[in-house]
Amino acid sequence: MNKPLRRIAIFCGLLVLSLMIRDNWLQYVRADELNAHKYNRRVQIERFAHERGNIITADGQTITGSAESTGTDFKYKRVWKDGAMWSPVTGYASQIFDATQLEKIEDGILSGTDNRLFFDRTLSMFTGEKKQGGNVVTTLNSAAQKAAFEGLGDKKGAVAAINPQTGAILALASTPSYDPSVFAGSSNKDSKAYKTLLDDKNEPMLNRALRQTYPPGSTFKVVTAAAALENGLYSGIDEPTKSPVPYILPDTANQPLNNEGPIPCENATLKVALQYSCNTVFGKISADLGNEKMKTEAEKFGFNKQIFNPVRTDASIYPKDNRPQNAMAGIGQASNRATPLQMAMVASAVANDGKLMKPYMVDQLQAPNVDVLSKTQPEQMSQPLSAANAQKLQKMMEFVVTDGTGKAGQIPGVTVGGKTGTAQHGVNNKDNPYAWFISYAKTDNGSPVAVAVVIEGSDTTRDDIAGGKLAAPIAKNVMKAVLDGKK
Amino acid sequence: MSVVTNTTTIGAIEAPSRRNTELALLIFAVAIPVFAYANVGLAMTGKLPSGMLGYGLGLGLMAGVAHLVVRKFARYADPLLLPLATLLNGLGLVLIWRLDQSPRLIQRAKGAWGKFSPDAPHQLLYTAIGVALFIGVLLLLKDHRILQRYTYISMAVALFLLVLPMFFPAVNGAKIWISIPGLGTIQPGEFAKIIIAIFFSGYLMVKRDALALASRRFMGLYLPRGRDLGPILVIWALSILILVFETDLGTSLLFFGLFVVMLYVATERTSWIVFGLVMSAVGAVAVASFEPHVQSRVNAWLDPFACYKTDKTGACQQIGDAIMSFGSGGTLGTGLGQGNSDLIGFAANADFILSTVGEELGLAGMMALLLLYGLIVERGVRTALAARDPFGKLLAIGLSGAFALQVFVVAGGVMGLIPLTGMTMPFVAQGGSSVIANWALIGILIRISDTARRPAPAPAPSSDAEMTQVVRP
Repeated sequence: MNKPLRRIAIFCGLLVLSLMIRDNWLQYVRADELNAHKYNRRVQIERFAHERGNIITADGQTITGSAESTGTDFKYKRVWKDGAMWSPVTGYASQIFDATQLEKIEDGILSGTDNRLFFDRTLSMFTGEKKQGGNVVTTLNSAAQKAAFEGLGDKKGAVAAINPQTGAILALASTPSYDPSVFAGSSNKDSKAYKTLLDDKNEPMLNRALRQTYPPGSTFKVVTAAAALENGLYSGIDEPTKSPVPYILPDTANQPLNNEGPIPCENATLKVALQYSCNTVFGKISADLGNEKMKTEAEKFGFNKQIFNPVRTDASIYPKDNRPQNAMAGIGQASNRATPLQMAMVASAVANDGKLMKPYMVDQLQAPNVDVLSKTQPEQMSQPLSAANAQKLQKMMEFVVTDGTGKAGQIPGVTVGGKTGTAQHGVNNKDNPYAWFISYAKTDNGSPVAVAVVIEGSDTTRDDIAGGKLAAPIAKNVMKAVLDGKK
Repeated sequence: MSVVTNTTTIGAIEAPSRRNTELALLIFAVAIPVFAYANVGLAMTGKLPSGMLGYGLGLGLMAGVAHLVVRKFARYADPLLLPLATLLNGLGLVLIWRLDQSPRLIQRAKGAWGKFSPDAPHQLLYTAIGVALFIGVLLLLKDHRILQRYTYISMAVALFLLVLPMFFPAVNGAKIWISIPGLGTIQPGEFAKIIIAIFFSGYLMVKRDALALASRRFMGLYLPRGRDLGPILVIWALSILILVFETDLGTSLLFFGLFVVMLYVATERTSWIVFGLVMSAVGAVAVASFEPHVQSRVNAWLDPFACYKTDKTGACQQIGDAIMSFGSGGTLGTGLGQGNSDLIGFAANADFILSTVGEELGLAGMMALLLLYGLIVERGVRTALAARDPFGKLLAIGLSGAFALQVFVVAGGVMGLIPLTGMTMPFVAQGGSSVIANWALIGILIRISDTARRPAPAPAPSSDAEMTQVVRP
């Protein structure tokens, strides 16, 4: 009986051998793949097993934090200081609903898994230090952000502020907002809070500063004016334009373009036309230049493409359109759409003598020990207009603030340039218009701040004063906050 | 018997009993789990666990008593079996204790039953009962050949044990438990495994010549006569049917393998292997096409991650979870107490305890564990080779073959090599019946090996020795 016994012994050996081979296959060959598998909860557990790095403002304030969470296998959860104020900047990072915006884009650094942190990880493995994520230092100015957020108050709207000289984003506010802390955990309460926010008709989780496009209304006349100057349509800002009132839209039977109220627009100079925000003048400019040239100029300002700062910003639209529609687009109506950040970029390009800097909001990435891993260098995006033309346009915008519709933007002792706007909204203009204000402040060393403010659903007047009345004071406070910080 | 009067050719020098080797190995077998216990405590709470001393003493005491009994009553027994079983059992206790500490499982238990009761103390109790049974086997079973007398009684008992769970409700889709109020649940299949091996050995020993020689050739196969094969075929088919009915697939596979292996060894005819493979293929296809429980497991085996998309709550995610558990362990593992194998949920300390080994001890630990099992099987097969009587040979190969198959079926199922059938990893997995039955199995193997390695007794002084005189002329 020993011969079959020996064969059975070999058979049993093969059984054990096959188990060993299978185990090697799983634990050696496929280990990495399985370890990073999308269904592997360990990835999530590891991500929350240690404190997440922080997002910090340019002036050194920490706007995020980590708290120990209970009742779950995720040890830490994300918390935000003034979450509602900062959420358009940070996005959220939830244990169950993933993350968005900066929290998502810089997740590798914040959670400490980025390869650039490899050395730190290895070091802390030997020193036994607690593993920790790195920090993201933003370009945001906490005073400006506060001014923007509090200025918007309970109104629905958004503010974007940029440093024209570098492109650094100084403020990004959006209201109504949400506090990401309420659904950072994984409890039923968190899920419910998240659902409530999603179902809210006011869309608190919409980042209006970056992800919502509005008709820019009269603020777009700055771009139209720039196009006129760049294309040599008029040699100077004091040269009278040959523009009738009302201006009949091209290719239409008899469809007039009117101005808001009885204002001196007939044959007005560019300067006066901007001062009173003449629709007739700028509609004609747009029509005279044609869709192609207008589109080219708008694109130099950043229209028609998404901008990553590194958070994605929706593309603003200057459309390819027929002649009457193009004339309307020239005054910021029709299919013309812009994000608040885009309009801040328009103001900043004018303020920076025609140079448009690429907007960015991450200044530095830091390792947990505050070593700088990378630093963003300001970068020029385009040159929408020459320095000479930019200075002409600055004069026009400053005149708007001193003598025109933007008087509410004045700051004593500071040169401010601005442009108001009230964009019609809805079919036949029946919905509440959007109130706009774009502006920049200037000191002896150039301009440190350009702002765009938009307020949805202003239920007051429909004329250009609305932008001046509602939006300009907010812009003014944001500019003041930045200027005060410079002193 | 120990002092050999030098009159026979065998046993001229006394065979070494190797009891001291066993003792030395036992010290390791107790020390390693104690260190592992300390390791878990340090990793999870930062201090040595309070129960460490009691645990170490308990395991040491059991091993010591078992050793003394072996030294006294089975002197020539194989010296590796007891230490191997002790080490596996000790490691199993540590793993179960480690999973008891898992906040996730505690929370889960509280959610499901309102309270959490740790499994490690129960397992320690069952281990004690198991070792007691082991000692009982050695004390009561002076010679394994006594078991031969109970061939048909074994058959009846095995069938009874197998039928019993039908009268109890199914747990997790399989009717393999009987519950005794106050005592908990018993899985009779574990005991039936040993008892049916006794029946097969007894029957085949008697009929092996008839089975092997009085056969007719049919399509290249030697088929024995119906009257020889009939009874065993009936019993075997009956037990498989019962098990299939109870959806205890692991055990039915085990019984099938046991039957084929023992028949092959008894008759020495390779045709049985062919026959067995064909039948198992037919049986597997038939069962898989009728039983939804089996179908879901085959599907989970074919694509372990498919059900993550469709079925978010079901137990089908277990295989995927187990595989990811192995994967995240990698080569060296996360270290005891530092893995997340408890994500698997309710079966983490039973069917899927191997995932904890894989994740926390890594590939290295898994290789070591599989080698330990391999060694037990190897010692069992060696015992079968060394046994001098056909009954002992058959019983030893039956028990060790069943052990090997069980390890393969469970580990292969958990690692996704074959469809999961739901059995316990001998000694390591949480489960009273399994530990107790496997200690009894080791006890029987030790008894057979003792008989096998025992030097032949000195011939009794012949009464007519004096009378046979050389007649001198």
